[in-house]
Amino acid sequence: MAMNYAHIMRVITALAFLALAAVIASVAAAQPVLIDPNADAVKERSLLQEHDRIRGLGSIPDIKSYVIEQPVGHVWRQFHEVWLHWIGTVAVLGMLALLGIFYLVRGKVRLESGRSGRTIVRFSAFERSVHWMTATCFIILALTGLNITFGKHVLLPLIGPDTFSSWSLAAKYTHNFISFPFTLGVIVICLMWLAGNIPNRVDVEWVKRGGGIIGHDHPPAYRFNAGQKAVYWIVVLGGTTAAVSGYLLMFPFYGTNIADMQLAQVVHGVLAVLFVAVMLAHVYIGTVGMEGAFEAMGEGTVDINWAKEHHSLWLEEEEARSGTHQGEPQLWATPAE
Amino acid sequence: MARMKFLCDADRCIECNACVTACKNENEVPWGINRRRVVTINDGTPGERSVSMACMHCTDAPCAAVCPVSCFYTTADGVVLHDKDLCIGCGYCFYACPFGAPQYPRVGNFGSRGKMDKCTYCTGGPEPDNSQLQYEMYGANRLSQGKLPLCAEMCSTKSLLAGDGDTIAQIYEDRVATRGYGSGAWGWQTAYGDGDLT
Repeated sequence: MAMNYAHIMRVITALAFLALAAVIASVAAAQPVLIDPNADAVKERSLLQEHDRIRGLGSIPDIKSYVIEQPVGHVWRQFHEVWLHWIGTVAVLGMLALLGIFYLVRGKVRLESGRSGRTIVRFSAFERSVHWMTATCFIILALTGLNITFGKHVLLPLIGPDTFSSWSLAAKYTHNFISFPFTLGVIVICLMWLAGNIPNRVDVEWVKRGGGIIGHDHPPAYRFNAGQKAVYWIVVLGGTTAAVSGYLLMFPFYGTNIADMQLAQVVHGVLAVLFVAVMLAHVYIGTVGMEGAFEAMGEGTVDINWAKEHHSLWLEEEEARSGTHQGEPQLWATPAE
Repeated sequence: MARMKFLCDADRCIECNACVTACKNENEVPWGINRRRVVTINDGTPGERSVSMACMHCTDAPCAAVCPVSCFYTTADGVVLHDKDLCIGCGYCFYACPFGAPQYPRVGNFGSRGKMDKCTYCTGGPEPDNSQLQYEMYGANRLSQGKLPLCAEMCSTKSLLAGDGDTIAQIYEDRVATRGYGSGAWGWQTAYGDGDLT
């Protein structure tokens, strides 16, 4: 019996092994191919061919750190160090050169009928305050802004790294804080001069006749001619764009990502240098470029003859409103000079 | 002189973040600043890879090029450093950096980010080597003591390599040849213009 029992046990064991082998064989048959664990592995090179930026998932709260590689930083560098330098240099120096040539060729736009000695109010004290407040802010913003792009080439070699850094740090804070009164000024300018700056048919005629700047023509204009309207809209739209892009830069990564920040800087930089160029032309025509123009924003009054030559329709409106006629004495006399 | 570089072999990185911890501890990096971080690409899918990233100490570094006050310099070992006494915290280096390396101590309202901080390759800064001031401003200066950055030294799988560029590139190429695959020397093309490593 003992022999028999051992024999049975051997048979059962053999059968069990056979069954196990069958199970293993069936499992193996279900998975005939081995899976390559690296088949799906991400490769840096193929990711970079598809995307400007490689983004993953990190374990720290700083979401912007999840962008692990962005070779387009090189493009932004190219913009900031090459293109912006060219755009800025050509725009600013080019405008200065143009104005210089224009002054030599055309000369000052004279008051052709001479001074009448009688004046009319052109800009109220409030309007002038807003203008000069905004203008002062603009000049400060322009100089401190240009310093960020051009300072290291122009100023740094002259004053040395320590002084230049101290100045640049102060300039950066000044730029940031002066932006607030500047933005306020742009908003008030937008509202207070909006009515006079809606383009109309007179502007078409004014532009056709070259604004009277070339030659000695005097096309009619209301309070603001087409050129001034252009400056108005450049200030309003350009100022708004500069403010929006500037505040995005001042509050970095508040709802923006690295691409947005780079774009905001590109918009801000290009717009700013073009803005400076336009304002140089504005300053030119308001000072050395035209006789009798500066006093409009200086003392607030202009000579009647100046108004007649440059803003004939506005003068008619004003006289109709105040009940005076052309040639009659005005309420406001030129102060003794 | 050696040309010091980092190389992260993503096929070895196990996302343990020991490099991050080692860096923070060795350099007493303040809260909120991460000179090194680990990012996982395609997290949760079979092909996911983790990469440890910090300043790559680029050849012709973009941060140095765009800095408005020119506060960056490259050491003889090829390490890109900056002078915090000159930095004005404008944030431009972060826009230009391909690797998100520059860090700022404050959130940044009104542009008050504070002085930029980044990986120094454990090489301190412009202050006297191994001085207290250098340690407080820039962290450890291991390189001057003949040691490599602690992040790479601590790496348990030897995924993160630091050392002379040619040497670590050779190690990586040998690995790829031996095991038959590699997800790439992350950042090398972008940082060094070196396209040969795959």
